Amino acid sequence: MNSQIFHPFVLPFVLGMAFVLTYCLVGLIRVISQLPKDDRKKFWRSLVTPKTAWANIRDLFGDCLFHVKIWKRNPVLGYMHTAIAFGWFMIIVIGHVMLFTLKPLQGVEVEGLQGMFTNFYYPIFFKYFAEETPVFAFLMDFFLLMIISGILIAVVKKIHSKIVGVKRVMHFGFADSLIRFALWTIFPFRLIAEKTNIMAFWWLYSIDLLIFMCMLPFTRYMHIPTEALFILLRHAGIKVTEPRKGYALAELYSCPSCGLCIDACPMSVNDKMSVNTSAYFMKKLRNKDTEESQRIAETCLMCGKCVKICPLSIESCDIKFSQRASIPYNINSDHSYLFCHSERSEESQTNNQKPRVLYFAGCMTQLTPKIMRAMKQIMEKAGEEYQFMDENGGICCGRPMMLSGKTAEAKAMVEKNTELIKKSGATKLVLSCPICYKVFKEEYHLEGIEIQHHTQYIDDLVKAGKLKLNKGDVNYVYHDPCELGRAFGVYDEPREVLENVGNLRKAKSEKEVSICCGGSLGSFTLTQQERDEITANSVNDLMFNNPDEIVTACPLCLKTFARKSPVRVKDIAEVVSEKI
Amino acid sequence: MDFGFCLSPSSHVKMDSVDLTTFNRLKETNPDVNTCIACGSCTATCTAGNFTEMSFRRMLLMLQRGKEDEAKKMIQRCMLCGKCTLVCPRGINIRKILLDITR
Repeated sequence: MNSQIFHPFVLPFVLGMAFVLTYCLVGLIRVISQLPKDDRKKFWRSLVTPKTAWANIRDLFGDCLFHVKIWKRNPVLGYMHTAIAFGWFMIIVIGHVMLFTLKPLQGVEVEGLQGMFTNFYYPIFFKYFAEETPVFAFLMDFFLLMIISGILIAVVKKIHSKIVGVKRVMHFGFADSLIRFALWTIFPFRLIAEKTNIMAFWWLYSIDLLIFMCMLPFTRYMHIPTEALFILLRHAGIKVTEPRKGYALAELYSCPSCGLCIDACPMSVNDKMSVNTSAYFMKKLRNKDTEESQRIAETCLMCGKCVKICPLSIESCDIKFSQRASIPYNINSDHSYLFCHSERSEESQTNNQKPRVLYFAGCMTQLTPKIMRAMKQIMEKAGEEYQFMDENGGICCGRPMMLSGKTAEAKAMVEKNTELIKKSGATKLVLSCPICYKVFKEEYHLEGIEIQHHTQYIDDLVKAGKLKLNKGDVNYVYHDPCELGRAFGVYDEPREVLENVGNLRKAKSEKEVSICCGGSLGSFTLTQQERDEITANSVNDLMFNNPDEIVTACPLCLKTFARKSPVRVKDIAEVVSEKI
Repeated sequence: MDFGFCLSPSSHVKMDSVDLTTFNRLKETNPDVNTCIACGSCTATCTAGNFTEMSFRRMLLMLQRGKEDEAKKMIQRCMLCGKCTLVCPRGINIRKILLDITR
């Protein structure tokens, strides 16, 4: 213990901390001022609404400190993050608790500004200036060792990532490597300084903190302060409007480049394609590398797996959408012709008055007529009064146009389809294509009309006893289409139907983590060869338990898998129609 | 005087004087346009083609003959649904080419 209240070695820390606090304050004001007016109102309101306020507190602790979502995926990584984040947090908290309970400054003349200044650095270098009580000393040592154990795992991960269950890690530049080195050494230096009280280590500890704080805003570690803001904004229900403004900016800086999405991405079948993953996209966009981030945005399959497994649920797909919208394509869409040909598409509607069910096959199903035939057979067998909306060719649902970032251009298609659906008088709309399902659910205003994908519809028919299925002994594996599973959580209905007709086997990756077939319309630039590689990987995953047939619920997945699968690939409607 | 019929205007294209910058640029960014065999699968499946004259095969021909404006007008009809890309026997990424023409 040294009975002084100041030593020059605290200055690097004070300088660094002042810089970070100023930077974060400016950043906070910038993000909030960039939010659209309505969103800003929503944000303020969410802070005082009990429900969102509770969610905020829960996630601030759960995500920022305990990293619950990483624990669920990989306990070793979960411990690593928790040890460092929670340990550090506790050291800071205990430092402050000591300052106010042990009152080390009593008897020393400090007041006003000088007092504030002293309080600023005292908890960080407590042991140098004052004596800890045994309980506090134990707690401090405990959490310090906890952090160091986390850092040891991080070092192992850096040397050989496969030991901790990570196949591909991100590659960082000089700045990121330097700050990581600073972070790793801060705590060992502190431990040595506290135990030996050698002046050089107190200096090293303080200078390490300075390096860390000064580089923080320019590296991935900026996620530490930004995460908190991002969680608040996310719970306020704010959506991305521009790729580098407001909410999106908060998301960009919240991405810790942890690289969990790299192994998850369907494109990570080889090193060349793994640079198209969200972690790299966020990094490039953060560094204002417009060309590269546009390239990745256009390459992405938009399967949404990275969003699902992201420890922070960063909506990287939404940012990619807005990035796509900023690419200057002058397509000048003009779909006014849709409204001139109205008689043609209305032909089929005259003979069937007010059907209960309206069936819309969609473009992709038009290319796989066996699904349409199967659906017709099923609906006839179940005695449903149905009407086929696009038997002679329909209008695109608009989702592909939106996928290219052009939501306004899709308006004519949305309007025309809405008109046709409303005119039919049906109360239920059944779709065969998950791509259409997503857009009908999210972008169309069809009040009073129930929208179902055919997996849900068939499940309902079976449960209502309208369809009697004969159980066979074929072993099926079910592939979850991205836009049905991850987007809407339709996981159980198709599985229940399949269990009625045969044996269901598990794939290696299922449900939330199912792998995109590779045919997704979301990608604009992937070549056929690249897609084939993705498909082959996805098929391997499905063949994990040697099923006799692969069953899917998306015409596009069906077409894509059929190219590469060693066994027959069928749509769920086909399977059912064979068993009635 | 209107006889109810007329002579078609000449569709003669002087290849020496047409401006092929768009097509040449397209060939550079998307070399797969060279592999098109003009089979017409894209046109046959086209959703917009069901309502209009939209035809990717014809559009490529227009570009090869320097009729850029006509081609761009045709693209306005496109819904980007991607059926053409799926049925193309040569695996040409038609959707990307359509977008690139307008860039």
